Amino acid sequence: MDAFLDDLSTAAPRFWDGLVVTLQLGLGGAAVAFVIAVALGLLTLSPNSWLRAPGRMVVEFFRGTSLVVQLFFFFFVLPQIGLELDPIPVGIAALGLNYGAYGAEVVRGSLAAVPKAQWEATTALSMGSVQRMARIIWPQAWALMLPGLNNLLVMLVKGTALASFIFLHDVTFVADDLRRTMGKLFSFGIGFAIYYALNQLLSSGMRILELRAQRRLGLKPESRKATKRAEAVAGVG
Amino acid sequence: MPPTDESLQPVPGAPALTFENVVKKFGDLTVLNDLNFEVERGQRVTLIGPSGSGKTTILRLVMTLESLTGGYIHVDGVPLTHVERGGKRVARRHKDVAQLTRRIGMVFQQFNLFPNMTVIENIIEAPVHVLGKSKEEARTRGKELLEQVGLGDKADQHPSRLSGGQQQRVAIARALAMDPEILLLDEVTSALDPELVGDVLQVLRDLAENTDITMLIVTHEMQFAQDVSDRVLMFDSGHIIEDAQPDVMFSNPTHERTKEFLRAVL
Amino acid sequence: MNWSWDHAAAVLPELLSAFLRVTLLVTIVSSIGAAVLGLVWAIVLREAPKVVAAIIFRILDIIRMTPIPLQLAAIWAFVITTDVEALTVGLIVYAVHYSTYMAESYRAGIESIRPGQWEAATALSMSKGRTWRAVIIPQALRATVPSLGNWAIAMFKDTPFLIMISVPEMVTAAEKYGGSTFSYDEPFILAGLIFLAASYPTAVLMRKLENRLATY
Repeated sequence: MDAFLDDLSTAAPRFWDGLVVTLQLGLGGAAVAFVIAVALGLLTLSPNSWLRAPGRMVVEFFRGTSLVVQLFFFFFVLPQIGLELDPIPVGIAALGLNYGAYGAEVVRGSLAAVPKAQWEATTALSMGSVQRMARIIWPQAWALMLPGLNNLLVMLVKGTALASFIFLHDVTFVADDLRRTMGKLFSFGIGFAIYYALNQLLSSGMRILELRAQRRLGLKPESRKATKRAEAVAGVG
Repeated sequence: MPPTDESLQPVPGAPALTFENVVKKFGDLTVLNDLNFEVERGQRVTLIGPSGSGKTTILRLVMTLESLTGGYIHVDGVPLTHVERGGKRVARRHKDVAQLTRRIGMVFQQFNLFPNMTVIENIIEAPVHVLGKSKEEARTRGKELLEQVGLGDKADQHPSRLSGGQQQRVAIARALAMDPEILLLDEVTSALDPELVGDVLQVLRDLAENTDITMLIVTHEMQFAQDVSDRVLMFDSGHIIEDAQPDVMFSNPTHERTKEFLRAVL
Repeated sequence: MNWSWDHAAAVLPELLSAFLRVTLLVTIVSSIGAAVLGLVWAIVLREAPKVVAAIIFRILDIIRMTPIPLQLAAIWAFVITTDVEALTVGLIVYAVHYSTYMAESYRAGIESIRPGQWEAATALSMSKGRTWRAVIIPQALRATVPSLGNWAIAMFKDTPFLIMISVPEMVTAAEKYGGSTFSYDEPFILAGLIFLAASYPTAVLMRKLENRLATY
């Protein structure tokens, strides 16, 4: 036990440094992804095909071409045309664009899943399109999109493990590096524990947001039936 | 400059609603074919007829929830979605249509309350954000309307906590909060359990008695239709086959299809 | 950026060869493995004693929430002294990782089956095993196939993580070519296009399948 604690105090600073890199990529990527998801989600739902078509193309392009390829493209090709970026912003951009494109589908799907009757009620009350979206449709879609966004957030955090491909020392890199000096079971064990704890933490945060959103829609979170109904509406579960 | 005949001002003496050669198709299916009728200001007109005869479509066209395939609908003598310009049928600007539909309110079969808002928030949402009323003013009026529909104590409840009948009365209050000149009632009791229908109909009876709102009603409640209507229109396959005062329509219809229909529902 | 058709022509065969020999192989083999394993997890989580099910659930949760590169590196570190190939490690890690997602898809599919189906099977005195095989799985599969397909596509786009244990898949080949010639744009653009060309039609197919199954 003492030996373990000794190892732990030796390894802790290294893992801490790795965690900082992982968090920068994860939280930065998530923020960029969210903005892109909302923008592209609204764009791909537009009735105007001049807006919708380019939106769809961007979404399909970033969904279809693999995160690692996009990362390498930003990292190796952009400097050749004079765009020299640090690895962290490159990672954030790649994660943000890739998961933003996936998120756009969640946003679009959730907005489209709000019952047509709700859109009609806003027309019957003469609401403008901004008011309709901001005050009626979005709050309802928000509850529907959170489970999907939660899934994507977990994937995005796992996606940050590509950091070592662009020479960043994130948690995965540190775990792989320390196995030589500290032992495989120990270093990888800590690595797994960090990612698992981080994702559990983020997921429960998202779950709290989801419960709050459901409560605002009058779906009692304590009743299983209500949660079921919300899931049925969201097309999950 | 838009020509003067495209003004949005009500034409004095014009009917509240005018259907002029209205055509509505869903794909290949013609639901309404060359429909013409008028609803005078303050009149209560009930549409009856077998389901699928196009009654609900008429309300949805007036509310601009469906688009016209052909013809015109006039509100207070003003063309609603399309105008005739140089002999051609041209779509109106969205802004003008929105301006006109403010005079129209609608209550739906499925209530369509906003689940992300309390009862009172549902009611004041449009008055505050569409009409630009102050929150206090809208709240005061909203509370009055809730009293009027017998739900004065439910203002801060969540819609999902209310029974269907209570939800529908909230929906009526929400529509009234916009002070509509024309109220469209689309089978407002059809989704309710039988024991909850009475309260909703009573609210509407009071409304008919105490206001001069023009009403266009689709309902299967024949007694209610007889009580509140000035006029009943019998529809079949997208045509008005009989147009009469309620006592005549229900006691002494002339058309064979009307007799058949009334025998089946009464 | 100065696109050169010479570089493109030189790198394309290398990319395609890596694509066929590794990327596609891993995707197909590991997808099948994940689909089978996922079904096993879904049934076990429903039928096993509560404690066992809870433990398995937790293990699957850990696998699902930790990154593939870390999993690759960890398994590789343990087998590096044996004669297990890196490719085999890759096949297993991808199959197990995605089986945790596919188990969720199966669970949703199984739960979408109306209780009347279980009741009818009970009323007919069908055995548990028979009920699963003849009644539940065929119906659940119908609702689950598009979702499984989508996870397979996701796996496909995750295959470049194999760089972590130096399996020569397509993006590794692209990087190697870029490193030796200093022209990175052709290999990465081509690699991206190959991913897009393979995944987009499959995604469209899955969407179609989903819509068709939904209408029944």
